[in-house]
Amino acid sequence: MKPNVAVVVFPGSNCEQDVVYALRREGADADYAWHRDESLGGADAVVLPGGFAHGDYLRTGAIARFSPVMTSVTEMADRGAPVLGICNGFQILTEAGLVPGALRRNEGLRFLCMWTDLEVVDTDTTATRACRTGQTLRIPINHYEGNFTPPPRRSGAEARPRRSGAEARPRRSGAEARIVLRYLENPNGSWNGAAGVANDAGNVVGMMPHPERASESWLGSEDGRLVLSSLVESCKLAALA
Amino acid sequence: MTSSNGSRVKAVARIDVMLKPGISDVQGQVVERSLPAMGWENVSGVRVGKHLELLVEGASLDALKEQVEQMCERFLANTVIESYTVTVEPVEA
Repeated sequence: MKPNVAVVVFPGSNCEQDVVYALRREGADADYAWHRDESLGGADAVVLPGGFAHGDYLRTGAIARFSPVMTSVTEMADRGAPVLGICNGFQILTEAGLVPGALRRNEGLRFLCMWTDLEVVDTDTTATRACRTGQTLRIPINHYEGNFTPPPRRSGAEARPRRSGAEARPRRSGAEARIVLRYLENPNGSWNGAAGVANDAGNVVGMMPHPERASESWLGSEDGRLVLSSLVESCKLAALA
Repeated sequence: MTSSNGSRVKAVARIDVMLKPGISDVQGQVVERSLPAMGWENVSGVRVGKHLELLVEGASLDALKEQVEQMCERFLANTVIESYTVTVEPVEA
């Protein structure tokens, strides 16, 4: 089985080709989807790649999350399909309420483009199942807004409305941020050094580091392959289930 | 949206979006650290936010304010980290 992985292109995305290349290398039938697409066809998984979707106006990811394709992305997330947001894709997932929390400007107000070492904290997700707990992954970051902030602890039913298609629904509230990957040295002030977080179910993962940029030895690291192969493996397991 | 006498009101909505208290405001901190260098030594609590203005038209100021607050909840502010205030003021049509 060759899992079908959709890589969504927003106006301003700029990592989609690298992601498709790297996913194909892991045995996926990866292809592009346009942000205006109403349907993702028969995709088994979806990746929101990095870039500057819709110019990052207002806030990073704030406008992209209203793109028509996000209705399908939300449906896939809700039915447990693997969804991965990388960098700007992570920002879009937080704005859409598919993973908890928010990403704001880096501590120190620096745009960071550097290699980072990440500790795998949680292997029970669709993006880390091929990893070992405690394993160190060397994967680069490239962002200005990667300072992860968890959702405020809420006692009651206060919830932010989340748009899904034409409907407004309550945003998932009360969710604790589940850290999947943690920086060994915190570069941006992120809460608890969070580099990647998951939703409660572990099928939706957002991460600031770019696994596709660590997918060939000549790039300096192949550790990102473990993230992308986790996604591909998750599709295969879902097909068997 | 028309009131009983058929009149409609046009208003300017002014929106301030700020990081919530307790969320560290790195921009505000940098501004605060810069002010003493220019001779202003007596400043603290600097916070930097966003100001938006838009024109809206509807049946009543109350209805318009509520509508703009919904815009903030769903789009103009990220209520995970930001809070907002809205004022609406009638303008000549």
